[in-house]
Amino acid sequence: MTLARLRPIGPLLVTFGVLLAIFAFGCFAFPNFASFAVVRNLLVDNAFLGVAAIGATFVILSGGIDLSVGSVMACTSILIATLIERGHVHPIAAFAAAVAAGGLFGAMQGLLISRFELPAFLVTLAGLFFARGAAFAIHSQSIGIGHVFVSATLNESLAFHLPFAAGGSIPITVVALLAILLASWTTLRHTRFGRSVYAVGDDAAAAALMGLPVRAIRVRVYVVSGLLSACAGVLFTLYQQSGDPAACKGLELDAIAAVVIGGTLLRGGVGSVVGSFAGVLILGLIQTIIAFQGNLSSWWARIVAGGLVLLFLCLHRGLSKLSRSRGPSPG
Amino acid sequence: MPERTRAIQNALRPLLWPVVALGLLLIFNAVCTAGFFTIELRDGRFYGVLVDILNHGSRVAIVALGMTLVIATGGVDLSAGAAAAIAGAITASLVAQGHAPWPLAIVAALAAGLLCGVWNGVLVTVLRLQPIVATLILMVAGRGIAQLITDGLIITFQSPPLAAVGNGSFLALPMPLALLVGVGAIVALGAHRTPLGLFIASVGDNEVASRLAGVPDRAVRIIAYAACGVLAALAGVIECSYIKAADANNAGNLLELDAILAVVIGGTALRGGRFSLAGTVLGAFFMQTLTTTLYMQNVSAEIAPAPKAAVVVIVCLLQSPSFRHRCAALFARRGSP
Amino acid sequence: MLALGGVDFSLRAGEIHALMGENGAGKSTLIKCLTGVHAPAGGDIHLAGAPVRFGSPRDAERAGISTVYQEIGLIPHLSIAENICLGREPVHRFWPHPIRWSAVRARARDALARLGLSGLDVRRELASCSIAVQQLIAIARALDMSPRVLILDEPTSSLDRDECARLFDVLKRLRGQGLGIIFITHALEQVEQVADRVTVLRDGKLVGVHDAIALSRAMLVSLMVGRAFDHVPVAAGSSGAEGVGSGGAKSGSEDALLSARGIGRRGSLEHVDFTIAPGEAVGLAGLLGSGRTETARLLFGADVMDRGELRVRGRAARFAAPHDAIAHGIALTPENRKAEGIIPSLSVRENIILALQARSGFSKRLSRAAQNALACGFITSLGIKVGNAETPIAHLSGGNQQKALLARWLATEPALLILDEPTRGIDVASKAEILRAIHDMRSKGMAILFISSELEEVVRACTRVVVLRDRRSVAQLSGVQVTEQNVLNAVAQHHA
Repeated sequence: MTLARLRPIGPLLVTFGVLLAIFAFGCFAFPNFASFAVVRNLLVDNAFLGVAAIGATFVILSGGIDLSVGSVMACTSILIATLIERGHVHPIAAFAAAVAAGGLFGAMQGLLISRFELPAFLVTLAGLFFARGAAFAIHSQSIGIGHVFVSATLNESLAFHLPFAAGGSIPITVVALLAILLASWTTLRHTRFGRSVYAVGDDAAAAALMGLPVRAIRVRVYVVSGLLSACAGVLFTLYQQSGDPAACKGLELDAIAAVVIGGTLLRGGVGSVVGSFAGVLILGLIQTIIAFQGNLSSWWARIVAGGLVLLFLCLHRGLSKLSRSRGPSPG
Repeated sequence: MPERTRAIQNALRPLLWPVVALGLLLIFNAVCTAGFFTIELRDGRFYGVLVDILNHGSRVAIVALGMTLVIATGGVDLSAGAAAAIAGAITASLVAQGHAPWPLAIVAALAAGLLCGVWNGVLVTVLRLQPIVATLILMVAGRGIAQLITDGLIITFQSPPLAAVGNGSFLALPMPLALLVGVGAIVALGAHRTPLGLFIASVGDNEVASRLAGVPDRAVRIIAYAACGVLAALAGVIECSYIKAADANNAGNLLELDAILAVVIGGTALRGGRFSLAGTVLGAFFMQTLTTTLYMQNVSAEIAPAPKAAVVVIVCLLQSPSFRHRCAALFARRGSP
Repeated sequence: MLALGGVDFSLRAGEIHALMGENGAGKSTLIKCLTGVHAPAGGDIHLAGAPVRFGSPRDAERAGISTVYQEIGLIPHLSIAENICLGREPVHRFWPHPIRWSAVRARARDALARLGLSGLDVRRELASCSIAVQQLIAIARALDMSPRVLILDEPTSSLDRDECARLFDVLKRLRGQGLGIIFITHALEQVEQVADRVTVLRDGKLVGVHDAIALSRAMLVSLMVGRAFDHVPVAAGSSGAEGVGSGGAKSGSEDALLSARGIGRRGSLEHVDFTIAPGEAVGLAGLLGSGRTETARLLFGADVMDRGELRVRGRAARFAAPHDAIAHGIALTPENRKAEGIIPSLSVRENIILALQARSGFSKRLSRAAQNALACGFITSLGIKVGNAETPIAHLSGGNQQKALLARWLATEPALLILDEPTRGIDVASKAEILRAIHDMRSKGMAILFISSELEEVVRACTRVVVLRDRRSVAQLSGVQVTEQNVLNAVAQHHA
């Protein structure tokens, strides 16, 4: 009975186990690892990847895939920078415009996928090219942003000060990440839309028989992905304090890798945003450790990430085989 | 022999649209782009825009040939770019450090590509992972492996014969084109002079029925992925030879995407089944011509992907049955008010 | 084309009404008209006396007609409670309208309690429940809509005997609550166990509506297969049929081409014995779901058997894949022509040579001339109506596709050809040609295993008939015993 209840969250437990093990390894190997600064930087450096991975989780849970994430982020960042620096728009208005554009872009992709039954990977692949080209069409060079509001996001004035750590503060970007995480978790776990995303990803035919509007749900999922990609772009812009049309190449792959390492089935239907967040932290920790180690090259991060993805795919297969061979427990 | 001519007609039919598209593009250039069709012979070699298109299009076309086989089985290989990067890294580091003569280095690179392909094929057939997922692993890790080989550096080499693979000429035409012709002939022979082509199309079209007819579906898939790996490696060698260096970070970047688009434009359906190698080559040259045209219309190299993406979506929409249905319904309504 | 012609059907409150008929008899079309999937071309539907029209399945559900489909149609990785309430969960009023989980669970428990499943933990994942329980959960989902009519499409096809009994208890309980239940099944004894009335369809026409008590099993079979029944007492079935175990097999296993002893596979086939000799045509008879197709798939290696023993020409054989069976000279034209037979976008020529080419492997390619000769030869000899051999097979009619599939296997010159429903859904002329081809093949020494729900065909084509019931071989008829009457008796008989 307990096993039957535990099985669905098995991969999630493994994810957190890996996360803890890597962190413990870091603490054991390097004297200054277990510090507030390391954790803070981990969150700050990966906030935009975290938001992108949350968006990817929605799409993957519904059984789709979105390869346009990195390009949409770059497009968002250069759009914001151009609006602020050339158009003299207030940053908040620029952010809103960028997020709206992201949602619109997602809706376009979703319509092509669900209405015309084009393969998701092909449509979003074209989306990747399109958004990247659009980014360069907006402005072909990176633009630094000098607006006070934007620079304030990284320093102390717009940050949450923590009572327990001396001088410890959490920048607004990290707060935004955590807020988005909470909102996404609530949506997926506790709303009709969230549950139907799982249902469509698990068995679209059954979901249709049960009367769910499968097509509309698919479109909405890509809208969410577009919105969150744009949000990730906003966070990236704040992190870099500039807009860059060439940024975030291949970031969608990191996001997908984080989702898989987070225990989400690439087939759809099983997984959680919390897992994806842990997956992002794992990828970030690996890079932190490589930076601490000093003489290990950065490309090891990619190889380890690939290995972890394979490990989790095998884990999923193993779990599903195990449950099939044991057979469903008698009811 | 009427059966024979009908078979040839069937083989030519999918080429219609790519030919029309390419023709329209060339006509556009004839009118709007000065000097597009100018070709001159210098030092026993042709120069000109068209020659450049053939030169650069050949690299994508070579990968796309392998990709055609994979897509025809109903799969896809996202790791072709990573495999190309690995191959380039192996070639350059072996030659630059003097460990091996250049022919051996190329053989080693192709062998690495073969290994990548077999790895993908085994993940797809034995572990039964979805192709997108299975090849994603190598796409993520492969570039890291390439950087590991080059130690993260851009490795340059001095080897005139190796440099000739990407820069030389053969019968006054660019060497990559000659390689494409050679490789194309081998792939076409392999696909149509052996039962492989029939098996690939049948597995991609109806896997269950193929297995029930005794088609060795696993072997067929692994061969397709292996071929794609080797051809991606060859493209990697050509690129590395062209720039006389291995750049693990950028070599073969987005190569797989160009290849997939070439295949789709060439008339091979992404869900698998019948495929057209000639269509793929045409598709690759169409993509390259489009790119060059955009450049010559002063669209920068960075912006060019956007119109390319739009073209690809339109092509796919035209192939989509549900879009055709909608259009047909729309016209029917207009026709009979 | 009319799938259903002028069928009258009535359901009373508080009755269980069995709907029977072979595949293609029109059962599913009737159900689809009742549930709003199809709009009926003529006639009308009254619910509780008032005429109704359904534009979509949702309309029908709202009006009180709930359906549980054969493929269950639930979401494996969601909890039991969610599966019961999905899409209509009670939500809080405040934004963003979170689901009221306690209410969801309470509703799920209520629905399950109506089925007598009070002890089930509704937070469990659906996939962790047995198929039988999943079936009940699907019914619970249907009941959550408080329907007046409940339609169950082959609910028992994947249940064992005990699970069926449990389901029937539930159905009787629901009948007691005043629900009208339409129940589609193929199993005769289930009709006896639960049904109040039976409606039999055949070829889209109403054959009859009967009270279940007044209907003998043999009468029911004859209604379904459309053969007159000569009032032979059911118990006298043994007059024609011998038990398999009692030395029914004439040909000893020494000269047998293939002999199967007790072959089976968990969840699909229990226990089948039979032998077949070269040049012999053996029929597999039985109602749908009796294990005919499953037997064919095991013999061909499409499924792997997990019990029993298979001998080919006296030597033990194990088939892990069709490839192995083909190497032993076995061929199969599958029941589902479209999904498992044809390669739709390939040409007729390529479809015909595929199996032969697959057997000779990668290295030996049949020359183009040989391919054309083979294809054209079969097109002529089997009378495949096609403009030329390069036409994609998807463009052909069903009968011609079937002939092309026959050609695919004849090209390999098999020792044993298994034909699973080779004549289903094809025109009369093609049927005759296929039966003639079977006769020709036999005379050339090929063994044929023939599966068909058309008894007349089985009797005409076969010298011996093995009768299957409940996924077991239960009787064998040979020589003069092979008559429609005897086969009918054996199919309808009680368990031997």
